[in-house]
Amino acid sequence: MDNFIKVLIAKPGLDGHDRGAKVIARGLKEAGMEVVYTGLRQTPEQIVRSAIQEDVDVIGLSILSGAHSYLFPEIMNRLKKADHSDVAVIAGGIIPEDDHKKLKELGIKAIFQPGTPISKIVDFIENEVQK
Amino acid sequence: MSKENIDKSYKEWKNDKFDKTAQRFGERKKEFKSDSNRTVKPLYTPLDIKDLDYINKISFPGDYPFTRGVYPTMYRSKLWTMRQYAGFGSAKETNRRFRYLLGQGQTGLSVAFDLPTQIGYDSDHPLARGEVGKVGVAIDTLADMELLFDQIPLNKVSTSMTINSPASILLAMYKVVAEKQGVSSEKLAGTIQNDILKEYIARGTYIFPPEPSLRIITDIFDYCSKEMPRFNTISISGYHIREAGSDAVQELAFTIADGIEYVKAAVDIGMDVDEFAPRLSFFFNAQMDLFEEIAKFRAARRLWAEIMEERFKAQKAKSKMLRFHTQTAGSALTAQQPMNNIMRVTLQALSAVLGGTQSLHTNSYDEAMGLPTEDSVKIALRTQQLIAHETGAADTIDPLAGSYYIESMTDHLVKEARQYIEKIDELGGMAQAIETGYIQREIQENAYRLQKEVEKEDRVVVGVNQFIEEDEEKNNNLLKVDPAVENEQIEELKNIKEKRDDQEVKDALTQIKKAAVNDNNLMYPIIKAVKAYATIGEISDVLREEFGEYEAQYI
Repeated sequence: MDNFIKVLIAKPGLDGHDRGAKVIARGLKEAGMEVVYTGLRQTPEQIVRSAIQEDVDVIGLSILSGAHSYLFPEIMNRLKKADHSDVAVIAGGIIPEDDHKKLKELGIKAIFQPGTPISKIVDFIENEVQK
Repeated sequence: MSKENIDKSYKEWKNDKFDKTAQRFGERKKEFKSDSNRTVKPLYTPLDIKDLDYINKISFPGDYPFTRGVYPTMYRSKLWTMRQYAGFGSAKETNRRFRYLLGQGQTGLSVAFDLPTQIGYDSDHPLARGEVGKVGVAIDTLADMELLFDQIPLNKVSTSMTINSPASILLAMYKVVAEKQGVSSEKLAGTIQNDILKEYIARGTYIFPPEPSLRIITDIFDYCSKEMPRFNTISISGYHIREAGSDAVQELAFTIADGIEYVKAAVDIGMDVDEFAPRLSFFFNAQMDLFEEIAKFRAARRLWAEIMEERFKAQKAKSKMLRFHTQTAGSALTAQQPMNNIMRVTLQALSAVLGGTQSLHTNSYDEAMGLPTEDSVKIALRTQQLIAHETGAADTIDPLAGSYYIESMTDHLVKEARQYIEKIDELGGMAQAIETGYIQREIQENAYRLQKEVEKEDRVVVGVNQFIEEDEEKNNNLLKVDPAVENEQIEELKNIKEKRDDQEVKDALTQIKKAAVNDNNLMYPIIKAVKAYATIGEISDVLREEFGEYEAQYI
């Protein structure tokens, strides 16, 4: 049995800002996780499909375009429908605090704002996956 | 004093004074590095610029190689254009923001388009869901552009449009809106970004593969040289390269290398370099390292002038002048203690002014959290006005010239950027270098280095890794785009489609297809199509069918 934590870093929607996604992907890899990066312009359907195919423990959504209010519920619903609600979903980017409560109610475990150290995200994931 | 004497005195000072004192008291850091990881010496002296030829390398403002500025009088005649990038929601709402900014003393417009517009999708496209009006204004047809510039006289303002893959469509719309206002094309001033290479590298709003994309760009060069002679046909952008995590040298080198690729493409189709080069413009980032940034702007001017002369044998002085827009660094803004961003922006803006920028956007302090409000944008604009009118920074030209530090760094940046450009030449030019992933890898490496430095606290970010405040009050005063915009926009699009002459649209789209196949200039049929109220999605689809779509490689 492999004990690597496997993470999908995904860029939902049309947003092209992927510095954060790529830096996090590399940071998680260096922390010993297996990381798959989807690349840009992923639909909710593509993200959920990749997560299932790759059998990941965690999905990290990176978005700076403000389209999270539409895209995140889509992703969470599709995960639920596909019976994969056990995958831990976390998010980062530019997501106003006013929206955090709603997104957490959907089941998103954590929303990291700009300036978060990678080590904090690593700790969070490790805790979450052990549960 | 002779160089030998200075050298001797310097060594004495270094050994007897500096080293001894530094040993006794220590230095704050083991190594002092610039933002670009270049070693910073404790002191710069005439020895650091002893080989620098003033006339050939620095010269006078308005004289080759333009290190001191592109115009003879610079800000003594006219201040830089204060141009805040703005756009959100509907055209009507953005028009209101534009008029507010002009009313507050802004001197030029800069349009932010939403992502569907930037990627050539109409607001009713499935991939546009959730994105309409979010990062910019939603434009589907000419009708939206008419609303966007309602009551704004296009013969009096210059307008910059951040649009790349669909640049010809938006340029066509702008021309037609002006025509309807009674303003002829040759009077129009402004800029389209139209820089596809940096989209592949860093920004991500590409549609077509490189080859047809370069052809669309050279069509615009050709069209504007004949019909819109005052319009900047491209804004070759280092801004996004820096935002993606590059350092100053990479920003400089990759931007100039992109410029070389565009000039080559236009020369290859038979254009005379002096016919289009005067309308090329540039766009740089202003990051936190004040002096390195000033040196970077000066180095960019010298490097471009030299390259235009050496490689392309440009004759006209204007073909060799690097004119540029600057935006302060979005990536330097922090979500923590956001008011600190006002000071960051002030210093960044100062570097752009001391570096001789032609226009400037200052970020708002709340942009690490969302779109700026009217109040936060006003502070950003006031920051520019304050630098312009209260500090004296604009009263003498290139005031930091002659500083041993600035001049030596300017010279080094030129040399280091040249090494990168040589490497890119070896790879077969910028399009090839992007294809191999080399450029993207270089940037990613640096982005990761920066992040590691912040985490190890080798790089201090006030409020983020030092001087932290627990329990910060959260900012609830963010601008929200009304979610109703999307449906209203789709509804409006439906109305326009019902009202327009479908046959006229169909014919115009066929003409675009023909021009695409036969290698005729695409601008002319695109203008016809926008006049018939063809949508951005419809026009882009015709081109997608003909040119295919770009697929990024991830490394």
